Amino acid sequence: MKQRQRGVILALLPFVLMVLAFQVVPLLSMLTGSFRREDGTGFTLGNYLHAVQSAYYMQAIKNSLLISVASSVIGIAAGLLCAYCITRFTPAVRDRLLMLSNMTSNFAGVPLAFAYIILLGNNGVFTLLFKQWGWSVFSDFNLYSWSGLILVYVYFQIPLALLLLYPAFYGIREQWKEAAALLGAGSWQFWRTVGLPVLSPAIFGTLGILFANAMGAYATAYALVGGNYNLLAVRIGSLVAGDVVTQPQMGSTLAVLLALSTLLAVYLNQRMVRLTEGFTSKPPRKRAWRREASAGIRAAALEEAGQ
Amino acid sequence: MNTRRSGLAPRTFMLLLMVYLLLPLLATGLYAFAENWQNTLLPEAWTFGWFGEMFKDIRFLEALWTSLYLCLITVLLSLAVMLPAVFVITVYFPCWESFMKGIVVLPYAVPGVVAAVGLIRAYSSGPLNISGTAYLLVGAYFVVILPYMYQGIRNSLLSVSAVELLNAAELLGARRRSAFVNVILPNIWPGVIVSALLSFSVLFGEFVLTNMLVGGHIQTIQVYLYRRVGESGHLASAIAISYFVFILLLSALLMRLGTLGKR
Repeated sequence: MKQRQRGVILALLPFVLMVLAFQVVPLLSMLTGSFRREDGTGFTLGNYLHAVQSAYYMQAIKNSLLISVASSVIGIAAGLLCAYCITRFTPAVRDRLLMLSNMTSNFAGVPLAFAYIILLGNNGVFTLLFKQWGWSVFSDFNLYSWSGLILVYVYFQIPLALLLLYPAFYGIREQWKEAAALLGAGSWQFWRTVGLPVLSPAIFGTLGILFANAMGAYATAYALVGGNYNLLAVRIGSLVAGDVVTQPQMGSTLAVLLALSTLLAVYLNQRMVRLTEGFTSKPPRKRAWRREASAGIRAAALEEAGQ
Repeated sequence: MNTRRSGLAPRTFMLLLMVYLLLPLLATGLYAFAENWQNTLLPEAWTFGWFGEMFKDIRFLEALWTSLYLCLITVLLSLAVMLPAVFVITVYFPCWESFMKGIVVLPYAVPGVVAAVGLIRAYSSGPLNISGTAYLLVGAYFVVILPYMYQGIRNSLLSVSAVELLNAAELLGARRRSAFVNVILPNIWPGVIVSALLSFSVLFGEFVLTNMLVGGHIQTIQVYLYRRVGESGHLASAIAISYFVFILLLSALLMRLGTLGKR
């Protein structure tokens, strides 16, 4: 018996050590750092006070919240529409479409920002073309600003939304539609009174993931606008590994604030997923393995887009 | 063939979506092969020159090599650590599973920037000063792929009914360790390979942690790409496209393995 226990502990020890060293300790260190004075000693709430009072940091927080909310809402609207459309296709076509949209989720971060610079940057292909053709509608579009960032953020939000939402549509059974139709409900009335309420936990849960995803997105914004646009993630990056002056304590404080918002969003998602599971049936059995694979890729998408 | 009719509206919307999603990719691809592309809808002349230049660039090859071996080392380390740990938890302590899940979900909820802040603070001074080294990066990478490895290994263990297999092996007189090595491992191998490949491709695309933790000292392919964007657009496109094709091949392999494993 003794030997068995020793074997078990030996098997778990490396895992516990790695998680402690590279996950728990850094998070704790960040938390304590946010309560330290600028010279790294003592205990103070000053950093948080400073963050709230500073117009600069508040602007970063506001910008991040705005861009996250906007890109999540656009992403979820487009995702819902596309997820519904995708259920209208035959399984073979549907799988191909899902695969294509999955594929694009590998195209995130630096390469994605870069592709947009080629397309719509100052000397972008379309920018020059539109200028030559004299299309003035696009002349005040600036990729390195709010509208450009939204465009790029939405790009990585839609495939994720699609992937997370489309299984929920299988919870809506054809019989419900038939029953509603028999009772005299039109298609629109069915969706308003039955369809959307059934989908709502999945929608809110997905919204949480998209929000967290956008809040944490760094690589795309960094590669696109560098330090020129005041976003929370970019601000944290420059405070900690800064080009100008490093203020690790302030960086920790902002990082804690950012982490709180994403943790909250992911928590919301977990709660909603549990709610959804109650009455959602599974997609057709035949494609079960693909669902599992897509769960993995969904996670990958989450990760990559979050960079 | 179409058993279910797909109306005009779904087709239109999906077409729009595909155009939106594929256009940036297509443009990057064209740019990588374009000799000269200004003021015209399509490039005026084509060339393979940018790809040639890419492979002549010693810094690119170095970055590629750095990426490959850092990702490989992390995945191997993760396999060595996670296989026994997940096995023990799943088989002997199912009661701890919800706790494990909490730990494993955490990397999703904590964005890269935040993780980097903590790592830099914890390791830039004190007894363990490993900031800017590959050790710190490998540790950070280990946490990044934690969810994929855990889920992958656990799912494989459950799908081969590891507990029953183990009991049967022990009933037949196998010792625990040899039962694990000779019975369980070969059975879960396909699933484990899939999660290892997935982890590898995730790490290959990792930028935030790499740039913030070791950006000044170690150049991976992503950091290199970021540095080159400002210099030559064509060259950077060639690199981005090669990177994308590589990841695509990797996921195609992953899909294939996924189907084989389920048969």
